[in-house]
Amino acid sequence: MKSCVIVFPGSNCDRDLATALTLVTGTAPTMVWHREMALPDVDLIGVPGGFSYGDYLRCGAVAAQSPVMPAVVEAAKRGVRVLGICNGFQVLTEIGLLPGILMRNQELSFIGKAVELEVKREGSSFTSSYEDDTQIRLPIAHHDGNYFADDETLDRLEGEGLVAFRYVDNPNGSQRDIAGIVNPERTVLGLMPHPERAVDPALGQTDGRPLFDGLVRALS
Amino acid sequence: MTAAMETVTLDTAVEHGLTVDEYALILKLLNRPPNLTELGIFSVMWSEHCSYKSSRRWLKQLPTEAPWVIQGPGENAGVIDIGDGLAAIFKMESHNHPSFIEPYQGAATGVGGILRDVFTMGARPIANLNALRFGAPDHPKTRHLVAGVVAGIGGYGNCVGVPTVGGETNFHPAYNGNILVNAMTVGLAAADRIFYSAAAGPGNPVVYVGSKTGRDGIHGATMASAEFGEGSEEKRPTVQVGDPFTEKLLIEACLELMATDAIIAIQDMGAAGLTSSSVEMADKGGCGIELDLDRVPCRETGMSAYEIMLSESQERMLMVLRPGREDTARAIFEKWELDFAIIGRVTDSGHLVLRKDGAVVADIGVGPLVDQAPTYDRPWTPTPTAPEADVADFPLPDAPERVLTRLLGSPDLASKAWIYEQYDSQVMADTAAGPGLAEGGDAAVVRIQGTSKALAMTTDCTPRYCRADPERGGAQAVAEAWRNLTAAGAKPLAITDNMNFGNPEKPAIMGQFVGAIQGMKNACEVLDFPVVSGNVSLYNETDGEAILPTPAIGGVGLIDAIGQHMTPRLKRAGETLMLIGETNGHLGCSIYLQQLFGEERHRPPPVLPASERRNGNLVRRLIVRGLVSAAHDLSDGGLYVALAEMAIAGQIGADLEVPDGLPLQAWLFGEDQARYLVSTADPGEVEARAEAAGVPCRAVGRTGGDALTLNGANAISLDTLRAAHESFLPELMARAR
Repeated sequence: MKSCVIVFPGSNCDRDLATALTLVTGTAPTMVWHREMALPDVDLIGVPGGFSYGDYLRCGAVAAQSPVMPAVVEAAKRGVRVLGICNGFQVLTEIGLLPGILMRNQELSFIGKAVELEVKREGSSFTSSYEDDTQIRLPIAHHDGNYFADDETLDRLEGEGLVAFRYVDNPNGSQRDIAGIVNPERTVLGLMPHPERAVDPALGQTDGRPLFDGLVRALS
Repeated sequence: MTAAMETVTLDTAVEHGLTVDEYALILKLLNRPPNLTELGIFSVMWSEHCSYKSSRRWLKQLPTEAPWVIQGPGENAGVIDIGDGLAAIFKMESHNHPSFIEPYQGAATGVGGILRDVFTMGARPIANLNALRFGAPDHPKTRHLVAGVVAGIGGYGNCVGVPTVGGETNFHPAYNGNILVNAMTVGLAAADRIFYSAAAGPGNPVVYVGSKTGRDGIHGATMASAEFGEGSEEKRPTVQVGDPFTEKLLIEACLELMATDAIIAIQDMGAAGLTSSSVEMADKGGCGIELDLDRVPCRETGMSAYEIMLSESQERMLMVLRPGREDTARAIFEKWELDFAIIGRVTDSGHLVLRKDGAVVADIGVGPLVDQAPTYDRPWTPTPTAPEADVADFPLPDAPERVLTRLLGSPDLASKAWIYEQYDSQVMADTAAGPGLAEGGDAAVVRIQGTSKALAMTTDCTPRYCRADPERGGAQAVAEAWRNLTAAGAKPLAITDNMNFGNPEKPAIMGQFVGAIQGMKNACEVLDFPVVSGNVSLYNETDGEAILPTPAIGGVGLIDAIGQHMTPRLKRAGETLMLIGETNGHLGCSIYLQQLFGEERHRPPPVLPASERRNGNLVRRLIVRGLVSAAHDLSDGGLYVALAEMAIAGQIGADLEVPDGLPLQAWLFGEDQARYLVSTADPGEVEARAEAAGVPCRAVGRTGGDALTLNGANAISLDTLRAAHESFLPELMARAR
C-alpha cells in the first residue's frame, strides 16, 4: 500500500500519521507540502490532525483553499482512499468531501482524553478489520469536534450506514454521537479520534491498529 | 533630537527600576550619561530577571556536573547525554507576573518562551510540563486565574503540537495576589548537533527571523523584577501576546536550517527581546554586535529604537550565520512564511552599537551590561527552626476512612483531570504515561522515537514545607522529583530548578532562598542529581505579602526499555502490598494537619538523601526485574492516601494492616520521606532483596475487592473515594461567577 500525508503549515500530527503508516505498511509515506499541485501515485491520502493555518478563521477553512487540495479532491473522485483525522476531518468537511461541519465543543473547552467508541463495519475498508459493533478506546484531542449536520443529512448518514464511529459517552455535543463518517462510496473517512496514536503496543494503546490493517488488506 | 537621544536624569533611571547607586555605576562605566535607549538597555540587562544579581552567588553552590552532563546552567537550557548519540535538553521557567495580570496570554507565552529556549539549542521539543500555584479556592480571583492559565497553556501547547504530559497544581492563600506559572519543556537532539549562543567571526551576518516586532511586552523583564501593588492590572500592556501557529512554523524552520551547516550561533528573543539576545550572543562570543534597527521587521511604523530594543514580541530568534549561507537560510524561512532579515553583523569592538535613521543611537560595551553588572550579597536571616508536632495533640477527629475521603477531595490532593483534560497529552504519539494516575504515573513517560528507550519527567515542590523549613523543603523537592522518576522505573539523571521567592531585599526572604539552596545542594549531591538549568523569579509579593518559598524542581530520568516503565495503578487482585522505607509517623506540616487542624507551622519531615538513594535504587531494581505490578511514591497525605490513589486508578480495592506501636493517624497520614508502596505477587522475593539491600520493607496489606478496609474494618467503597477525589475542581470551576 502506497500512501502520502498532506502537510499544511500548522499540521502537527503529520509525523505521527507517517510513523503509524510506516509501522503498519512497512513503507514510509510521501510527505506532500501544501503548495504542491500534484500528488504522487498512492492508494491512500492522509489528511493529518493539527492546527492548519493556526485554525484561524475556522478550523480547516483555510486548508481547504490551499494549492494541494484540488489534487486531493480529484484523487478522491477517482476512488483513492482519503483518511482525515481530527483537523483532517474538519478539512474534508470544509472542502465538501464529507457532509456536515465540526463546531466548537459543547462545553467550549479543549478535550484531551481517551474515549469509548462503537465501530460499524458497514462494508468500509477503513473498519473491515474491526469486529462489527465492537467497542474500542481511542484518544481525542480537539476544541472543535462537535459534529453538526441538518436532520435530513443525519438521517441519510444513518440510513445508509455511513456513521463509522460513534461516541459511547458523547464528549463534545456531536449530533447523534457521531465521531466519524464515510462518504457513500466508503472511500473517504473523516473522524475526530486519533487512531494513529493507538497502534503501538509499547505505548499501551492499540485500538487504532485495525483501521490501518483494514486499509492494508484492502489496498495491497 | 529624537526621543531616544534625550539625556536622562536620575529620576528617569529610578522609573526604570534602577537604584541610585546603580545609576551612578552606569555613569561611571559609560563616562557619560546614557541616552534613553541606552538607559532602557541597562535597566533590562541589570534587572533581577536578566542579571540574577541577588541569586547568583547562591546558585553557584548547586552541583552542576556529572559524567552525563553535556551543558550545565548558563546556556538557554541544560543538556544531558542519554545514550544512542542522543541528548535531552530541558529547562523550566516562570511566567508568574504576566500570568497574574493576563492569565491566558501570560501562561501561553510562558509555554512559548520555554519551548524556544529548548529548540534554539537544536532540540525538537517532545514534552511540556508545568508547575502551577494558585490562591485559595474561594478567593474571588482564583477561578478566573485557573481558567485563564489552563486555557493559555492548552491553547499554546496543543497548537504547537507538543504534548503536555505532566505537572502539579497547588492552592494556597499565600498565592492570592501572585500566582506561579512555571513551564518546563523537554527536547531531543543529536548529542553532536547542539547549538549554542556564542557569536563569532567579525563581519558575519546577524539575522532576525520569526514574527515582526511590535509594541507588546515592553519592559516585561523589569515588571518581573518588582513587587505588585495597587493597580498592577494596569500593567497589562507589558504582557506579551503569543501566536502558537507562528511558533510551530518557527520550530520547523529552525530545525530545517539546523540540519544544514549555516548556523554559527542562535539565541531566542525572550525576556528583554532583542537587547538580551544580542548582548548575550556578543558576551558569550567575546565580541561585539552592530545592528541597524531600520532593518528590523516591525509590526507598525514609527517604532523608536527604545521600543524596538525593549519589545518582548514573541516567536522571534536571532542568529549568526556562516557567510554565504544567507540564501539557504532565507529560502527555508520564506518556505515557512516567516520574516527573515539581515539586521547587522558581528564586530570585534566588544560593543553593542545600534544605528537608526543613519545615526548611532546606542553604543555600550558588552562588559558593562553583563560582567560589570552589579551583583549583591543581600543580607539574610536564617528561618527560625519550626516546632516539632506532637502526634498526640492531633488525634483523628473522625473515622479514618472519612478523614481519607476529606483529604482526597482537598485542593492539593484532588484529581486535576479538569486541568489536564484540556491539554493534548498524546500528540507526537510517544506518550506512554501521561497525566493522571488512571493512565499515567508519578512521572510522565515519553518514548524516545526510533529507540526502545523512554524519558521520564516530573515537576515537584511542597511549598508549605519550604516555608516551615526552607532547607528541608528544598531537599524534599529534589528528593520527591527523584522518587517520582524512580517510581516510574527510571534512572534519575538531572534537574532544572525554578526558584520562586518573595522580595530578596528582605533578609527573611533571602534567608528562605539560602536555606532552600542548601537543602537542594545536599540532596542533589547525595542523589547524583545535578542542576543543569534553571530560572529565578523574585519579588513575588503583593502589598508586602510574599508567596510561599517555591523552589519548583523539574526532573528528568531515563528508562532503558519502554514497556518496563511502572505506574501506580493497581493491576491485580490478590497481591501483597509492601511498604518500602521507614515509617516514623511524622505529621508536622502534613496535609492532615493542614486540612483538619489548619496548621502548617510545624517542622516538615526530615529528608535523608542517603536513605532516599538506597530505597529508590531497590525499587528501581524491583521494577526492572518485573517483581512489582504497581509502585507509587508516598508524599502528600502519606500511606493511606497513596493506597487510595492506587486503588481508585486501578479500580481494585485493598485491605491495609494497622500495626501496633504507632498512633493510627501517624501510620495512615504521616509524611515520612523515602517511602514507596508497591504491589507484588512475590512478597518473599521482594523482602529478601530489601533485606539484602538494607532497606526497611514490610507487607502492609493485600489487594482485592471494591473497597478500602483497615484490618478488615472501616470499609469505604472506591466509588465514594473516587467521587470525593474527582469533584473538587469541576465543582469549583462550575460555580457561578
